[in-house]
Amino acid sequence: MTFHPEIFLQQIINGLVLGSIYALVALGYTMVYGILGLINFAHGEVVMIGALTALSVILALHGAAPDLPAALFILAGTLVAIPVTMALGYTIERVAYRPLRNAPRLAPLITAIGVSIVLQNVALLVWGRSYRSWPPILPTTPHTILGANITDLQIFIVLAAAAIMAGLMLLVNKTKLGRAMRATAENPAVAGLMGVNVNVIISVTFVIGAALGAIAGVMVSANYQIAHYYMGFILGLKAFTAAVLGGIGNLAGAMLGGLLLGLIESLGAGYIGDLTGGFLGSHYQDVFAFFVLIVVLIFRPSGLVGERVAERA
Amino acid sequence: MSALLEVKALEVAYGGIRALKGIDFEVNEGELVALIGANGAGKSTTLRALSSLVRPAAGTIRYRGEVTSALPSYALVRKGLALVPEGRGVFARLSVRENLEMGAYHRGDREIGKDLDRVFGLMPRLAERSTQLAGTLSGGEQQMLAIGRSLMSRPKLLLLDEPSMGLAPIMVQKVFEIVQTVAREGVTILLVEQNAKLALELSSRGYVMESGTISLSGPSAKLLADPKVREAYLGEAA
Ligand SMILES: Nc1ncnc2c1ncn2[C@@H]1O[C@H](COP(=O)(O)OP(=O)(O)OP(=O)(O)O)[C@@H](O)[C@H]1O
Ligand SMILES: [Mg+2]
Repeated sequence: MTFHPEIFLQQIINGLVLGSIYALVALGYTMVYGILGLINFAHGEVVMIGALTALSVILALHGAAPDLPAALFILAGTLVAIPVTMALGYTIERVAYRPLRNAPRLAPLITAIGVSIVLQNVALLVWGRSYRSWPPILPTTPHTILGANITDLQIFIVLAAAAIMAGLMLLVNKTKLGRAMRATAENPAVAGLMGVNVNVIISVTFVIGAALGAIAGVMVSANYQIAHYYMGFILGLKAFTAAVLGGIGNLAGAMLGGLLLGLIESLGAGYIGDLTGGFLGSHYQDVFAFFVLIVVLIFRPSGLVGERVAERA
Repeated sequence: MSALLEVKALEVAYGGIRALKGIDFEVNEGELVALIGANGAGKSTTLRALSSLVRPAAGTIRYRGEVTSALPSYALVRKGLALVPEGRGVFARLSVRENLEMGAYHRGDREIGKDLDRVFGLMPRLAERSTQLAGTLSGGEQQMLAIGRSLMSRPKLLLLDEPSMGLAPIMVQKVFEIVQTVAREGVTILLVEQNAKLALELSSRGYVMESGTISLSGPSAKLLADPKVREAYLGEAA
């Protein structure tokens, strides 16, 4: 078995692309957890709705004007998907979580699973059971660097995700709103004493997370050229794993965890065949995320950068 | 003169526990009023009710003539009612400066910078540590920060819950000097304290709480001389 550097590089590229998407989704989990101590398991479904909404817009636009530039299709789809998921994120919090704010922790967790199932079924009704394919709008000829291939879309995904995450960090760390979000995450009662309307901050958190989810949804469906009512489930679990890996509640952790998980998956899937003498193939890709989740939960439940432990008063 | 704060027949219950059993008191504009009493008497509960952190079971709270018990706490700060909670409640993962800026959260005016300088002038230790995370401050510094943060909201009525708790005597002295300075600048203060002697020396009037009721009230000098107060709260034999 010989080492091929160009294949290794290819895995790294694929891993970074996947990882950028995981990171964006993981931020939605971690922001909500940071402020409410709640794992919003419906977040994967919000991503799915974002992806399918954007794809519907793109398909409609493509039917009407097939020769528009690819960037315009994606932009139009994303700009419709973002407000849709924002409204969805807001509604989920208002309807499903706020009434349970003071309930035992298990109650909102069960509700989250219920919301997931409802959203999957709504998507099933609206978009049907079959995979929806992207129209052929994206340039397919890749660039070659050092023997590895990278497409325009992949470059775009990595750069856009990086820019969005930098913007989020600026918002959270440098603005008045961000300060109120951090204060609320730390002590909502005292934040209220400072004049912060905690309910508004919580809504804002859900809405921002949902917008990031819509963008990630467009990215992931563009990357695989399909979308499907069930796509949010595995993606959500993986992004949740990424958030736990980084240290749930910690923004930088979610970004790091997402990128790492993408790389682990990509390299793992690329080399698992060699490592097991062909016994296991690359279709075992999904296993790595859960392997990582179990290892982290056993050996470092607070995550890589998490100083806070999962339990919070 | 009408009272800035007027409390009538206030009752608060935590589940089955009646923490306040109908108390009456008032605080007039410009006064420094002390509220003393043993552990569990209901002092913090009183302040929590005044700040809408707990809902009263009965009775009324009037602040500047308006009944406030239905208002959320974030609305009360905007009306000039600020609480420095028991245990300080600083945001440990925010810097000292960010904590102070949180105090001015509801404000949009241009004088926030000026007030920040004023707080730093009043508490030079905070100025030196402005970029440090609040969680790394000593207990005394955190108490200073909590008071400084409340001043950033430009309060008319300041509720202080045991500012001397857990502080060394020298730090208690400093904190009380600041309380006095703030009071002299015209801020009305309701001071809850375990340290009855200090609180009564600083205040003009006082109330003594005992298991959810007010058992004594009057001018602080009189309370300081009262044998019952001396025995129960100033540690003297009768
Ligand atoms: N969240 C709560 N749930 C149940 N009971 C409570 C709660 N908070 C306070 N109590 C009870 O209400 C009573 C009054 O408590 P409170 O904190 O107001 O006392 P305090 O006078 O501030 O005492 P201390 O000087 O020790 O701070 C106590 O008996 C306390 O056990
Ligand atoms: Mg108390």
